[in-house]
Amino acid sequence: MTTIAATGTDLHEHDHHDADHKPGFFARWFMSTNHKDIGTLYLIFAICAGIIGGGISGLMRLELAAPGIQYLQGWASMMAGKEASLDEAYHMWNVLITAHGLIMVFFMVMPALIGGFGNWFVPLMIGAPDMAFPRMNNISFWLTVVAFIMLLGSSFVPGGTGLGAGTGWTVYAPLSTSGSVGPAVDMAIFSLHLAGAASILGAINFITTIFNMRAPGMTLHKMPLFVWSVLVTAFLLLLALPVLAAAITMLLVDRNFGGAFFDASAGGDPVLYQHLFWFFGHPEVYIMILPGFGIISQIVATFSRKPVFGYLGMAYAMVAIGVVGFVVWAHHMFTTGMSVDMKMYFTAATMVIAVPTGIKIFSWIATMWGGSVSFKTPMVWAMGFIFMFTVGGVTGVVLANGGLDDNLHDTYYVVAHFHYVLSLGAVFSLFAGFYYWFGKMSGRHLNEFLGHLHFWIFFIGVNVLFFPMHFLGNSGMPRRYPDYPEAFAYWNGVASFGYAIMAVGVLIFFVNVIWSLVAGRRAEDNYWGEGATTLEWTLTSPPPYHQFETLPVIK
Amino acid sequence: MNMLKKLLVLLVVLTAPSLAMAQPANPAPTPVTKEVAAPVVATPAAVTPVSPATEAAPAAAAAPKSMDGSLPGYTPMPPDYKNSVGMPKPKEIDFQEQFSDNGQYAKWINNTVLLPIITIISLFVLGLLFMVILRFNRRANPVPSKTTHNTFIEVVWTLVPVLILLGIAYPSLDLLAKQFKPAPANAVTIKATGYQWYWGFTYPDHGGFEVVSNMLKEEGDVAKGERFRTENDGPKLMASDNRMVVPAGVPLRIQTTAADVIHAFAVPSLWFKLDAVPGRLNEKSLTITKPGVYFGQCSELCGARHAFMPIVVEALPPEKFAAWVKAQGGTMPGATKPAPAAAAPAGDNVAAPVAPAGAATSIDTVAAPVAAPTK
Repeated sequence: MTTIAATGTDLHEHDHHDADHKPGFFARWFMSTNHKDIGTLYLIFAICAGIIGGGISGLMRLELAAPGIQYLQGWASMMAGKEASLDEAYHMWNVLITAHGLIMVFFMVMPALIGGFGNWFVPLMIGAPDMAFPRMNNISFWLTVVAFIMLLGSSFVPGGTGLGAGTGWTVYAPLSTSGSVGPAVDMAIFSLHLAGAASILGAINFITTIFNMRAPGMTLHKMPLFVWSVLVTAFLLLLALPVLAAAITMLLVDRNFGGAFFDASAGGDPVLYQHLFWFFGHPEVYIMILPGFGIISQIVATFSRKPVFGYLGMAYAMVAIGVVGFVVWAHHMFTTGMSVDMKMYFTAATMVIAVPTGIKIFSWIATMWGGSVSFKTPMVWAMGFIFMFTVGGVTGVVLANGGLDDNLHDTYYVVAHFHYVLSLGAVFSLFAGFYYWFGKMSGRHLNEFLGHLHFWIFFIGVNVLFFPMHFLGNSGMPRRYPDYPEAFAYWNGVASFGYAIMAVGVLIFFVNVIWSLVAGRRAEDNYWGEGATTLEWTLTSPPPYHQFETLPVIK
Repeated sequence: MNMLKKLLVLLVVLTAPSLAMAQPANPAPTPVTKEVAAPVVATPAAVTPVSPATEAAPAAAAAPKSMDGSLPGYTPMPPDYKNSVGMPKPKEIDFQEQFSDNGQYAKWINNTVLLPIITIISLFVLGLLFMVILRFNRRANPVPSKTTHNTFIEVVWTLVPVLILLGIAYPSLDLLAKQFKPAPANAVTIKATGYQWYWGFTYPDHGGFEVVSNMLKEEGDVAKGERFRTENDGPKLMASDNRMVVPAGVPLRIQTTAADVIHAFAVPSLWFKLDAVPGRLNEKSLTITKPGVYFGQCSELCGARHAFMPIVVEALPPEKFAAWVKAQGGTMPGATKPAPAAAAPAGDNVAAPVAPAGAATSIDTVAAPVAAPTK
């Protein structure tokens, strides 16, 4: 087989002949086997889920803006179609926090980072024509859609005190077993099963693709860091999700078939569920952030016009984070009454993760150091990510201390911490990736000015929203409370104000996207210039429907 | 050189757990957490009403509940709003003032060790980013350098965080060892049981009575003639009708369990949080340094009224605690013993020194009035 060097013009001419034939609308979007189309579907899906999940957090901040119950009873009545009692209103609160958590984790961040950007750019970056198992790719996506519909549907059926599953995203037993009568929790669990199965299939697909379909000459140690990040993420998914599936299946057995895995009165143990859940749950947080790390690495290198500093260290830092991420889970359970030895081990092991994470932060800065940095929209998002992730990371070191966690556990300090690493970490990397690759995916440029405006408003908004939560946590406000004592009113009011600022930023984002799709300037093949060295920039924008029919050779 | 760094990462990953295992500063006494299939309702040595203390009790128990929660010989202590003792302060950014030695130590670790370190690290990263913006923007530095490796600096930014973490680990593990010091044999035991959605506080050493503690509603939310919250009870959403009354300055053995779903017994001003798990009996020691009222809230999602089952700990001087126990119809441990009682406390004191040194001396002296017959 002959191979040619990948240059944009070669492929461009080549593609016009036979590779750009697209199926009809229904076949293309509903029975898709094309990694780019599936990636687009995932991104659209994630944006829809993000609007719903973000809207729910808006309801929560509205209710929490002032002490007292202002709106909850009205919303609960609307959902039930009849006058709701106060208890049903409180249950509605638990449904909101549960839905917000599950939607953002399983239906926004994961589909966008892995399903969206992973599908779009892993094959492009390794010089592969498509994913290894295109049909499996398709079913991964549609399972996620069905899972999402199941989750949304659960809000309309009885779940104990009121409608919907009000167990928290952690679905702790026995609140989720004997504590929640009705089909809502079963539906939510089934939704997690489907989403989990979809992710496992996706993980198998990515691992196979990356191990077997790299272009000639692209050794593992020459792979772009985004591909590395998706590879590590896929392994985490493959190892962690079956444990979640087992745990929630045990919940189903306890709920419906007289099981007693987590029922103390019949010899079970509720804490067992927490161990199983967090054995999945902790790797899950790295599943959400590692692809973000990969995106940030690509962007920082591109806009500094410099290769990534300490490439191997960066790649193996991710591997180390993935490995250590599996042996720290019980730091989520410091107050369950574990022994002093366990608490000391999990304290120390958790702090170890700060080391590879620090390597990544400093390597990004070293990449910029000595570079010729242009501050285009993706780059400002990436720099925002680096700082905000540092802030979220150092509060993680505080929480790692089991003795300090005795006070901070289940308070707003924890909420602040994980929103700094997710809402300001993973979500910043999502926006960075979106601004970085939108031109490549759509063929049209986003507006730079609106992009910067979006960044600054969003950046200020989320900081006003989440920073005061550290204070609330310090002074003792517990999580998952629809109402709070007067003393917490001030910082809650500030946080809700921050939400409003952030929402304006998101609005600007949508204006930008719509404007660009309608009237955006056409994107060149490599619109970021000489710093962008990965293979997707050798293709047209948008890339041909089938790319790399002749494999590129990496020297 | 990169191999070197990989090795370093690997080394840290491998050694840290074993390091942690090797660390248990105090030779980790008996695991404090006990697992029992069914929570044993601890029956005190002598429940049989022989003591004179019990004779007034039934009357007290039968007496109609007063509107302010007072009992014969006991009036609820008004909270110290002025200094925000045991409760959150408006616009507060720091932890609540701590009223246990471990709480003060933990707050010190955070505010004096961790907070400066994490602030400096964050500002350091921010400073570097600003340097990049100023010095390495495209106008100031049009030609990028080609440097992609520097073994020395990579070793530095791997080793320095390791050293910082070791510095944090020392006080952190020390705090854990202190928190896990078991309560001495003569500590006062209180078992907190979480229910949907209220707390029950059982006093196994004092006759095994249970105080049921519900959140107090506002005046407008209760029927006429029912008790509602007043400022004397505590802040809105934090006040309860019957408080968990304990002696101050005396080691307490707090046990938690739950009857239905998981709850968490938490009091921020005592740096105390312990999950109440059905089928488990968790235990932790606590010594409250000052009499006062300390407010907390359930801290594990437990269903609809999760936010409305506060915990109110009222620490009283030991003799007032004894009066409260009497008003509840309970007995003081020493008082229940018949004639040879004089020997019994001595026996207790022999057992006590088994408890870790240091705390023991103060325990003996402070605990004495509690253990002694109050009549």
